[in-house]
Amino acid sequence: MTGKPDLRGKGQLADKAFGGLAVGAAALVLLILALIAVTMTNRARPVLGHMGLDFFTSSTWSEHDNIFGALPFIWGTVYTAVIAVTLAVPVSLGVALFITQIAPVWLKRPLVYLIDLLAVVPSVVFGLWGVLMLAPHLNRSFLTAGIILAIMIVPIITSLAREVIETTAQADKEAAYALGATRWEMIMAAVIPHSKGGLVGAVMLGLGRAMGETIAAALVIGSSAQIALSPFKSGDSMPAVIANQWGEASDLQKSALIGLAVTLFVMTIVVNLIANRIVQRSMQKSRGA
Amino acid sequence: MKTWIAILASSTALFAASCKKGDDAGNAKMTEGKGAAKAEPTTGPVSLSASGSTFQKAFQEVAMDSFMKSHPDIKLTYGGGGSGKGRQDLADMVVDFAGSDSKFKDEDKAKIKGGDILYFPVVLGAVTVSYNVDGADKLNLSPDTLAKIFQGDITKWNDPAIVADNKDAKLPADAIVVAHRADGSGTTDIFTKYLDAASGGAWKLKSGSTVDWPKNTQAGQGNGGVAQIVSSTKGAIGYVDLSDAKAAKLHYANIKNKNGKFIEPTSESTSAAGEGIDVKDDLTFSAVDAKGDAAYPIAGQSWIIVYAKQADPKKGAALKQYLTYLLGDAQKDLPGLDFAPLPKSLQDKAVAQLAKIQ
Repeated sequence: MTGKPDLRGKGQLADKAFGGLAVGAAALVLLILALIAVTMTNRARPVLGHMGLDFFTSSTWSEHDNIFGALPFIWGTVYTAVIAVTLAVPVSLGVALFITQIAPVWLKRPLVYLIDLLAVVPSVVFGLWGVLMLAPHLNRSFLTAGIILAIMIVPIITSLAREVIETTAQADKEAAYALGATRWEMIMAAVIPHSKGGLVGAVMLGLGRAMGETIAAALVIGSSAQIALSPFKSGDSMPAVIANQWGEASDLQKSALIGLAVTLFVMTIVVNLIANRIVQRSMQKSRGA
Repeated sequence: MKTWIAILASSTALFAASCKKGDDAGNAKMTEGKGAAKAEPTTGPVSLSASGSTFQKAFQEVAMDSFMKSHPDIKLTYGGGGSGKGRQDLADMVVDFAGSDSKFKDEDKAKIKGGDILYFPVVLGAVTVSYNVDGADKLNLSPDTLAKIFQGDITKWNDPAIVADNKDAKLPADAIVVAHRADGSGTTDIFTKYLDAASGGAWKLKSGSTVDWPKNTQAGQGNGGVAQIVSSTKGAIGYVDLSDAKAAKLHYANIKNKNGKFIEPTSESTSAAGEGIDVKDDLTFSAVDAKGDAAYPIAGQSWIIVYAKQADPKKGAALKQYLTYLLGDAQKDLPGLDFAPLPKSLQDKAVAQLAKIQ
């Protein structure tokens, strides 16, 4: 007792300090989020007062006539994100399954690095590549934007899918093989049912990322306020409109652009919340199993 | 692309504003201590900041550079961000002067915090109609044809309306691809104001920094982005400012002016447009569709906007010196930058207005 310093008192103080710091940091994040929501909503008020609910349902966006309807941009945001997810999911799932189930051990690490590397390429680089390489063939269109966004969300979906798939119990897989299953049958019988929830969550997170992408979308989507089903038509998405029009916007137009931002904010938060919920639930299930 | 930076910049501007207040207070104290007795307020270092129009940014950079060499005490900065941002920053008193291609809108006037403002025209510039068509090194276009092309009524290069102005050219039956700006832009504003004014009612899309273009058109970021579409797309036509059109080695059309002459966009023909316009008492005007045989009709202008009452006399004096330079010697640099100098009449009026800065 005599030779050893008494750490207990100090430890308690440090515990308290650290606890306070951690709570403070967590609260700060929430506070910032809340402040963003409040100020943005406040600044979007003029346009909501001017347009009413037409802001969400009108498909006319005219600076000249002070009519601001967000529908074409909501459509463009959702449509390009859906195209992106549709293109990215098969690739991501294939890569994740290859890495976890098929690839030899020496190839796994380099492959994971390579996919993760895609995630660190700045989005403007993808956007410019789209302008120079894709736009001459596909025009600036929903599809061009969808392809670029797909490339950008592949790493997110892949890495999440890989982690989820890796939690499949070895016993389940071996049981499938023991019953005479081929590798494909094993994947369908053991891996996919186990990981389903997590995979859906991964896809939703990719969707949220695709909806919020700004610069790449602004460069390749074509900037035309239209609701079209053809993926070869040009359109516009909410973040792209904000980026493109802010600099020269009049007062009411600025408010309308902030209104778009709030709409996007709410949409991405909802998508991400649902995604988190699904991922968490599937995690609990797999832990329980 | 600069508009994206503007979003960032406007938030940093808030920061700068709060920092600047402290700075000004410091400067004011210095002058009190040192030169309260002295009459001339221009001694000691002073810095002026500005933001706004990207149209005149290249001119501002060159002019500021040489002005600061001869006036080492005065430090000038011009951040772009677009005319809208410039007007907003001036209204919020975040900058000392603003560059803008258009006037304050009536609904925004109530928000100007620093009192009366003055407009100083500093530069004119041409917007070209650039195109990419085989067999047409030269092309003549009249305003109503132009309006019909850009709103999608004329869709083929061998349309009779185009052929009528170009009897000698062998125009192909290719489809016309219209290229326009994706970002809100003063160039779009100039071009659509021109079509609105000159096309005799053919133009239906109205005017503004963004308009509702037909849906089968192509959009690019900045003048460079539109130039890129035109140079890489067969059959494309787009509006691009003169310096970017030249840089991208595009062909551009001669446009029929108010006097019925087809005029090539050059520094001289743009200055000529400055002669044939009606200038209001506050020196605002629109340079599009100007009268005169030699005037190129799609011409834009850019102003420096300042407060008439300068709170800081040192800054006011420095601002006056810089504006004097801009309206005088700096005008000679403009043709080299593919801009056009102000015509003498306008230059004189602007110089006379300098006396109103106090």
